[in-house]
Amino acid sequence: MFIDFFFNLKAYGVPVSIHEWITLHHALSLNLNNCSLIHFYQIARSILVKNEIYFDKYDMAFLDSFKGIETTDEIMRKILDGLKKVKELNLSEEEKRQMEELDLDQILKNFEEQLAGEHYKDHVGGNKRIGTGGRSTQGAWGYNPAGIRIGQGVSRHKRAVQIAEKRSFRNYSSDRTLDTRQMKVALSHLRSLLPVGEGEKLDLDSTIDATCKNAGEIELIWEKKEKKASKVILLMDVGGSMTPYSELVERLFSAASSQISKFKHFYFHNCPYQHLWRDMERNDSISTPDFLKSEDNDYKLIIVGDAAMSPYELTWANGAVEYWYNNDTPGIVWLQRIRDKFRDSIWLNPIQRRAWDYNKTISMVNEIFPMFELTLEGLDEGVKFLLGGKSRLH
Amino acid sequence: MNYFKGTDEYVLSPQLMDSVNVSIALGRPLLVKGEPGTGKTLLAHSIAKGLDKKIIVWNVKSTTKAKEGLYVYDTVQRLNDARFGDKDITDIKQYIKLGKLGEAFNSEEQVVLLIDEIDKAELEFPNDLLNELDEMSFYIPETGETIRAKHRPIVIITSNSEKELPDPFLRRCVFHYIDFPEENLMIDIIKVHYPDIEAKLMKEALKKFYLIRKFDMLEKSLQQAN
Repeated sequence: MFIDFFFNLKAYGVPVSIHEWITLHHALSLNLNNCSLIHFYQIARSILVKNEIYFDKYDMAFLDSFKGIETTDEIMRKILDGLKKVKELNLSEEEKRQMEELDLDQILKNFEEQLAGEHYKDHVGGNKRIGTGGRSTQGAWGYNPAGIRIGQGVSRHKRAVQIAEKRSFRNYSSDRTLDTRQMKVALSHLRSLLPVGEGEKLDLDSTIDATCKNAGEIELIWEKKEKKASKVILLMDVGGSMTPYSELVERLFSAASSQISKFKHFYFHNCPYQHLWRDMERNDSISTPDFLKSEDNDYKLIIVGDAAMSPYELTWANGAVEYWYNNDTPGIVWLQRIRDKFRDSIWLNPIQRRAWDYNKTISMVNEIFPMFELTLEGLDEGVKFLLGGKSRLH
Repeated sequence: MNYFKGTDEYVLSPQLMDSVNVSIALGRPLLVKGEPGTGKTLLAHSIAKGLDKKIIVWNVKSTTKAKEGLYVYDTVQRLNDARFGDKDITDIKQYIKLGKLGEAFNSEEQVVLLIDEIDKAELEFPNDLLNELDEMSFYIPETGETIRAKHRPIVIITSNSEKELPDPFLRRCVFHYIDFPEENLMIDIIKVHYPDIEAKLMKEALKKFYLIRKFDMLEKSLQQAN
């Protein structure tokens, strides 16, 4: 049944398996959706989608599959809800008497006629009259705006397709650039840089030794497995075009530093030359050759920057953007040196991937460093790339 | 059949109600995520209350191992007892203590099992529970016993997304993301907690509250726009 929906989900990149698809059919066979599209939307989502970042993609796939579908049950309920509201309104005795003359079936019929004619979309303001049928009582109804207000945010029961159309989960989509809300999730990806340790373990040999020495009095010796240190260096572009992202990345990685035992971070402006800085304001500097000499090469290096600059900043001697700063070696040479030292390195770029080819310097940097988008997906991909050692092959 | 409609103290969105009832009907764990304070943990307690069942809470910590939830074999105690020979130690059963999951399986009536903050544990933790949650049974090699669930417990799992959960585990769950409540729902929720609050005061306070939340969003979206 509606296998298209399954393939649409797949096409939109929602990781859905046959296992879950069968579960959904099991749920449908129990009629958990109560023959209603809106319940189906909800139930299918809870079974098929396991991460809120895919809710938006689910919405789009749902739209593609069910856009034109008839949902009379939903509309009926809305009409009935709408009619219920009439009672809450204050009407004069005269109007009440007129209303009692109305035949409910006829009103519903008129409603349906209107809805079938697709007029209901115009009912945003909700103060039109019900229909042409009960002419004698129209006055009273016209006075009742709530009576025919349909959907459009007033009713709590919206059509499933409308909910999907709203795409209210767009913010959770993983291909958006990281925002603060997603920081925590992003951090979890960085945590996979941590090796998994064993913790405490009974040291059997030492225990037996100690127990023997103790004349049989049991002495337990616990052995602490030391966790292998994970070493990460972050090099970050600050200033200029990176300003909007700098605070974000700063917070992301300062939080990460509490998780990663050996974590260092340095800053540069546009392109690294013979100096790197320890602070964002670029007061405390370290010379790049010293940096390259003093650090172990088993650090994992993550560079964050947009790599978008004028070509001369990258390729010319004295190309640095600041007039007071002279570099006798072009930036691209420095980049190559850094890359040669740290074979496990990636470049995270806040600019979207599709724009990379249109920028000369991004492509040049991309040739040196494996580059990923600074999004949840990109970060995930990048960290996997790094851990898998693929970065050495780039 | 169990059908959960919320309780007097817990206001439930219709979406969440669907998810809860799907998970109960299918006998699959319900994985709940959402912003802090949206009532993830409370949900399990309210289900227990609404369906009049006992609740067993398993609080997960970073050092928690999956096996601890099933049972613990207290070898050290047995060794200690063996030292002076003043106690019969041949019966291993007395040193097997069921964990929270084991307790839930072994219960005479259906219980609600809350596995709280599953993301705190190590990455492999959820994977180690796959079979147990699927079959609702496990085997204790020390005694040759199999503990099988007499009644499939209603399992609620909460996560704060600190770690990604493994796919095979997710495939077996029903998932719900508790959205931050909109103003109307928020009014219902506040009324449940503070029935005497004045309507006007609440309205003004909420107006401010949502305004401030909006500002926060504005800041974020500015960052993205750049």
